[in-house]
Amino acid sequence: MAYKIIASMCTGCGACEFECPNKAIKESDGVFIIKADKCTECEGAFDTPQCAAVCPVDDTCVPA
Amino acid sequence: MSRPVVTLASIKRLSEPERPKIKASSSCASASDPRIADHPCYSEEAHHYFARMHVAVAPACNIQCNYCNRKFDCANESRPGVVSEKLTVEEGLQKVLAVAAKVPQMSVVGIAGPGDSLAGASAPKTFALFKAVRAALPDVKLCLSTNGLALAEHVPQLQELGIDHITVTLNAVDAEVGEKIYPWIFWQGRRLTGREAAQTLLERQLLGIEKAVQAGMLVKINSVLIPGINDDHLPLVHKAVQERGVFLHNIMPLISNPEHGTVFGLAGQPAPTNAQLESVQEACGIDAKLMRHCRQCRADAVGMLGEDRGQEFTSDKLPAQAQINHEARHLYRSVVAEERADRKAAALRADAALALAAHSPKRRVAVCTKGGGRINEHFGHAREFRLYDVDATGLSFVGVRRADNYCQGGWGEDDNMEAILKALEGCEAVLVSKIGRCPKDELAKAGIDAVDGYALSYIEEGLSNWYAGLALPARISA
Repeated sequence: MAYKIIASMCTGCGACEFECPNKAIKESDGVFIIKADKCTECEGAFDTPQCAAVCPVDDTCVPA
Repeated sequence: MSRPVVTLASIKRLSEPERPKIKASSSCASASDPRIADHPCYSEEAHHYFARMHVAVAPACNIQCNYCNRKFDCANESRPGVVSEKLTVEEGLQKVLAVAAKVPQMSVVGIAGPGDSLAGASAPKTFALFKAVRAALPDVKLCLSTNGLALAEHVPQLQELGIDHITVTLNAVDAEVGEKIYPWIFWQGRRLTGREAAQTLLERQLLGIEKAVQAGMLVKINSVLIPGINDDHLPLVHKAVQERGVFLHNIMPLISNPEHGTVFGLAGQPAPTNAQLESVQEACGIDAKLMRHCRQCRADAVGMLGEDRGQEFTSDKLPAQAQINHEARHLYRSVVAEERADRKAAALRADAALALAAHSPKRRVAVCTKGGGRINEHFGHAREFRLYDVDATGLSFVGVRRADNYCQGGWGEDDNMEAILKALEGCEAVLVSKIGRCPKDELAKAGIDAVDGYALSYIEEGLSNWYAGLALPARISA
């Protein structure tokens, strides 16, 4: 269970990296990627995955 | 007295000498306040002399606005929220130093996104860049623009950095209106939508504004006029911000071209006409300090307000180590001080000229300028026009009308005349430094007299003399 970022939709703003409670998100080539092994979908920490909640582009941070 | 202009080649191109301020001008807030005396965005008077740059270190945002689509970028386009490249703090500082070295007019470094300067991911970068700029260029003013959601909690930090003026975008003070503008906000780990989002946002905005004012900052409010959504509501917004002691309230037209891909653009939400904008500004502006010289800049704009030199300072063009000529920067300021004094004298002459025409009706007229407060731009090079209403009591600056065809990049094309005529709607004359015969004839057909007889004079003096008929408008040579 992890989220992923659709690279073609990512604006590279970095809002998700900052909000991620697991430090699972890193920049790579101007867009951001989620390390699946670190992602918990924010369970136990927040109601909803923070990356998806803050991302400015709909359907960009989605279940992997 | 010799004037030290020689060292300032770039100044000459950008900003010829200055211009006077007229008694009836409605555009300028108290520009004498030292906090904003040299700030081109806050002071209409200062924008004839000084340049600003926006450093795009803040791409992350914490709300979504229906007039914003951050994916779209065209370098020829000017609108908020748009940048060509986002910068790290180090790159941002490098760019600031490069601009300071080449543009001695630069008096302000601002952060205006392209996201929100105080959003979670943005705030650390915003503060890091401000600290670095403060250390390298102590004479430069720091400025920040925000949607206000995260303002209240950052006021102490802003104060610590000596930031004494900020801009907050506030489009509604009623959640019923706000929910039509903001589909969601990200607040305390949750995405809020609908009425709840709008209500939370406006409460945080008003609290942030109050705290900033209490902290002694000059607060400017930007409101986007969205016809059918907040046009009737903006007078209430105006009242709310006035009660909270804001310094300026700037009402800007919605930009909603469908090709930008914004929610409003795609839904066919129209932008306001010039007349609609003016009528709302008037409805709000009876005793308000409005600023009508605003150009709704990109989040990476560089230069004087009417121009954008951002393309000269892209990352690939930045020197590793910029040599800042502090002397040139000081010289430029002394030139400006001299020009400002001269302009005051010209203002008195302009008043005298107007007094000669005491019984004439109000007339609307446009001016082409490339800076310095003079009528010094060739009609064919003009990308924007400054509109004034003139009567015997003085001039009032109506605003800036743009007529550039950015997406096609063309200028002087036939098809652009249409845009120009639209920009000049309601004007009976346009005062230019020069104009070709063809465009002059076309303007004449539309009932607009193109006048080059006041070339290089101060705007106010030229307009006053034109109004009083003190010199014959020159017949244009081809």
